[in-house]
Amino acid sequence: MSISVVNLTKRFGRFVALNNVSLVCPTGQLVALLGPSGSGKTTLLRIIAGLEVPDSGAVYYHDDEITQRSARDRNVGFVFQHYALFRHMTVYDNVAFGLRVRKVPERQIRERVMELLRLVRLEEKAYHYPSELSGGQKQRIALIRALAPDPKVLLLDEPFGALDAKVRAELRQWLRRFHDEFHVTSIFVTHDQEEAFEVADRVVVMNHGQIEQEGTPLEVFEHPATAFVMDFLGNVNKLPVRVEGGRALLGETGTVEVPAKVFGTAENGRIDAYIRPHELDIARTPDSSNCLTGKIVHLNPAGSVVKVRVLAEDFGLMLNVDLTPERYRTLGLKPGETVFVTPKAAKVFEPDYSI
Amino acid sequence: MGRISPKVLPGYGLSLGFTLVYVSVLVLLPLGACVATAVGMDWAEFVAAVWTPRARAAYALSFGASLIAASISTIIGLLIAWVLVRYQFPGRRLLDSLVDLPFALPTAVAGLVFSHLYSAEGWLGQFLVPLGIEAAYSRLAIVIVLVFIGFPFVVRTVQPVIQSLDAEEEEAAALLGATRWQTFRYVLLPALVPSLITGFALAVARGLGEYGSIVFVSGNMPYKTEIAPFLIVSRLEEGGGRVVEATAIATVLLAASLSLLVVINRLEAWSRKG
Amino acid sequence: MADALSGQNSQRVVEHVQIARSRELGIDPLVLSGKRPLSTMGRRYTQDPLWLRIVLISLAAIVMGVLVVIPVINVFYEALRDGIVAYGRAIVGDPETRYSIVLTLTVAPLAVLCNVIFGIAAAWAVARFRFPGRTLVVTLIDVPLSVSPVVAGLAFVLLFGMQGFLGPWLRKQGIDILFTVPALILATTFVTLPYVARELIPVMEAIGPDEELAALSLGASGWQIFWRVTLPNIKWGLLYGIILCNARAMGEFGAVSVVSGRIPGETTTMPLQVEVLFQDFNSPAAFALASVLTLLAGVTLVLKGWVERHHAVTPHLTDQEGTDEQTQPTPKMSGSTVTV
Repeated sequence: MSISVVNLTKRFGRFVALNNVSLVCPTGQLVALLGPSGSGKTTLLRIIAGLEVPDSGAVYYHDDEITQRSARDRNVGFVFQHYALFRHMTVYDNVAFGLRVRKVPERQIRERVMELLRLVRLEEKAYHYPSELSGGQKQRIALIRALAPDPKVLLLDEPFGALDAKVRAELRQWLRRFHDEFHVTSIFVTHDQEEAFEVADRVVVMNHGQIEQEGTPLEVFEHPATAFVMDFLGNVNKLPVRVEGGRALLGETGTVEVPAKVFGTAENGRIDAYIRPHELDIARTPDSSNCLTGKIVHLNPAGSVVKVRVLAEDFGLMLNVDLTPERYRTLGLKPGETVFVTPKAAKVFEPDYSI
Repeated sequence: MGRISPKVLPGYGLSLGFTLVYVSVLVLLPLGACVATAVGMDWAEFVAAVWTPRARAAYALSFGASLIAASISTIIGLLIAWVLVRYQFPGRRLLDSLVDLPFALPTAVAGLVFSHLYSAEGWLGQFLVPLGIEAAYSRLAIVIVLVFIGFPFVVRTVQPVIQSLDAEEEEAAALLGATRWQTFRYVLLPALVPSLITGFALAVARGLGEYGSIVFVSGNMPYKTEIAPFLIVSRLEEGGGRVVEATAIATVLLAASLSLLVVINRLEAWSRKG
Repeated sequence: MADALSGQNSQRVVEHVQIARSRELGIDPLVLSGKRPLSTMGRRYTQDPLWLRIVLISLAAIVMGVLVVIPVINVFYEALRDGIVAYGRAIVGDPETRYSIVLTLTVAPLAVLCNVIFGIAAAWAVARFRFPGRTLVVTLIDVPLSVSPVVAGLAFVLLFGMQGFLGPWLRKQGIDILFTVPALILATTFVTLPYVARELIPVMEAIGPDEELAALSLGASGWQIFWRVTLPNIKWGLLYGIILCNARAMGEFGAVSVVSGRIPGETTTMPLQVEVLFQDFNSPAAFALASVLTLLAGVTLVLKGWVERHHAVTPHLTDQEGTDEQTQPTPKMSGSTVTV
């Protein structure tokens, strides 16, 4: 079942949580709502679940408008960030709850609950209380509790937010496999771009109650639509440039060209260029005229990429450069050395003239 | 947590020493005198003192009225705590502070005014007495006064627990298809049970020992409306050998109170954990 | 890796902006950042239907009306029944009543003073040190709460009476305690013993010993630590305890009644005098005096509310970071009021 929302707006007091948001989640897909805290992603999820009523706009499940329908009757599975397991019930009773309130015969409940518990390999915890489980176990119970009544839609609010890094990585992959098996239309909220890219079929980036961009993880990462998306999806160098003869040149007077397409900005206009750390290269000699001179102020060779911080004094810029370990070894860099930095790719986000 | 071993901070000896001496002189010494007197009696004498028909009637009334009143207090307390925490309405703060009035009002005042209110010419009695409800100088009067004294205990134990209930559990229940009533019955109420029982026990403990207000309202008729503390006082006032009898009854009451104290301490630990 | 790190950093910046914005808007920053759901009130599925709300609020109002409001109004109605002149005469015209007011205003503060000193010492010992039998001490402090005041009174009679354990010996020294003011003070102190201590122990435990240890490391002496660090920290809790303790001390009836011998003009406190007047069928005078006690109870409630508002611990934002659990209810108000 597909989910669509049309022109949703929601305010809390004077704070606009959602500003005219429209979105379609196709049947059977796993969609990530990605954004910083306060971007409205949780509010959107809660409106889809029926936990909040929008000030205006509509929510559709397939072709049915269900904006005013009670959460009770929507048959959605919802997984809370902090699990919201019923503390005073055993694991078994938690999972059975959604079936019991539907007056399903106890024998069928038993089969279903045990099947789900087997699926997450927690059968032996059936008669334990939530307080006796680890975070990852609680999360899995919360998930099968939501799935027990066979929902048409599964919504997850920061499902791995409260877990430590290792468990989080495991559960992420597990969620992906789980979704591939069940194909319930699912939406999950996260502020972690890695998580969104790893798990989701589609990523929706939100900011200030609006959708900044929507697409497959690859589309969003390769072609960020806005400066916000570019900035939010990982480390980025922001360099001020001026436009001269259709070329983006660094600084006020410099001649170093940034390889970015500019067409909307007027001649001599000022704009920011965004360059990812791996899109900068370091050389010991000025290979071309198109490079910045800088001094290495910090080196961090620990990790899968080598982090280099270079101070380009001519421009008063601090640049973050990522090198592969091979490149780093070839160059044999040391802190304090003078090096030459070449931008290989860059992106500018020009003001939208359609307004 | 937060407590450190002696001698890191100064004042360990002084504060603990003073505390122990103070508690010993004010609590252990007098109560010890009471127990010692009772122990000094031989068994037959003791039983004869504490198990007279009149004493039995007094215990039955004390315990019975306390239990009934505490049950009523539990229901009223839950209602008021729920309303205070969950609903916004004009006068909520006033209602909240009025809950403390029975704590602050001297019991003699409560006794005085209740005895008057429910008498035939009182504000409430004028309607109740013609209906055959004699709520002055009766067992009913004792229960009413004990509810007045007991319900704040329930409100104040349950209130913080309702406040700390996880809203997401309620939302989870709704999303799983539960009606509001099912949510209350299966999700919320079980979370409140430990605090409700604690409040109940506190109300019983207070009710068992209550004297000041009941003297005014009950009429203190032996076998009928005489509570155990009143029996102690009347035995004591008779003087002579009766003082020992009073002490024996007091020891029974003391044992009941101390057992309840232990139970309440356990319950409080449980409701904190729950 | 570093991407994630810088992501966290920008996250933090965002949070700070959030906090600033939420202050502007008057919304809980944790709500805005999505860390804490909006308060229970106003959430759709934690809100009962309107009809139920109306029914329950009305029920609560009726119960409180019958149980608390009507009795209080009735006290003043009966007290003022014969007019304000008769009311004034009933309170100040009768020397025994006048004396009872003075006596109560003497006995209660003395009992409170004793228990303040005890409460501070007990809280310092229990909340700051580990020692064997600590739980027993805490339980002993609670004992007067559950012991019937009548039993307490009787215990003092057994101790100080003529057939008592200490009475005859004290008599030889020329000291009489039973049926005198000191007996009233002792009995009142017993009954109100737990109030200040039970208030201070959780407050001091919640604050923790860090500040005192810091003062110690800076060279402060024990008394300096107490006066300059501890006392300022616990002052609201102490005040709260004093208010509760004083209310109970002024209203105490059972224990005082047993040890007083009810000698009019000598050992009758206000509550005892109410009973004396009641038994003399002097109902208007009894109600007049009761109205004074009710007013004092009203003052207690107002003061209590004032302290609660001042004392309300607003959990500091930084304390919230990392802990996703719900805010703990402030340790003080929850357990404390129940002790009355």
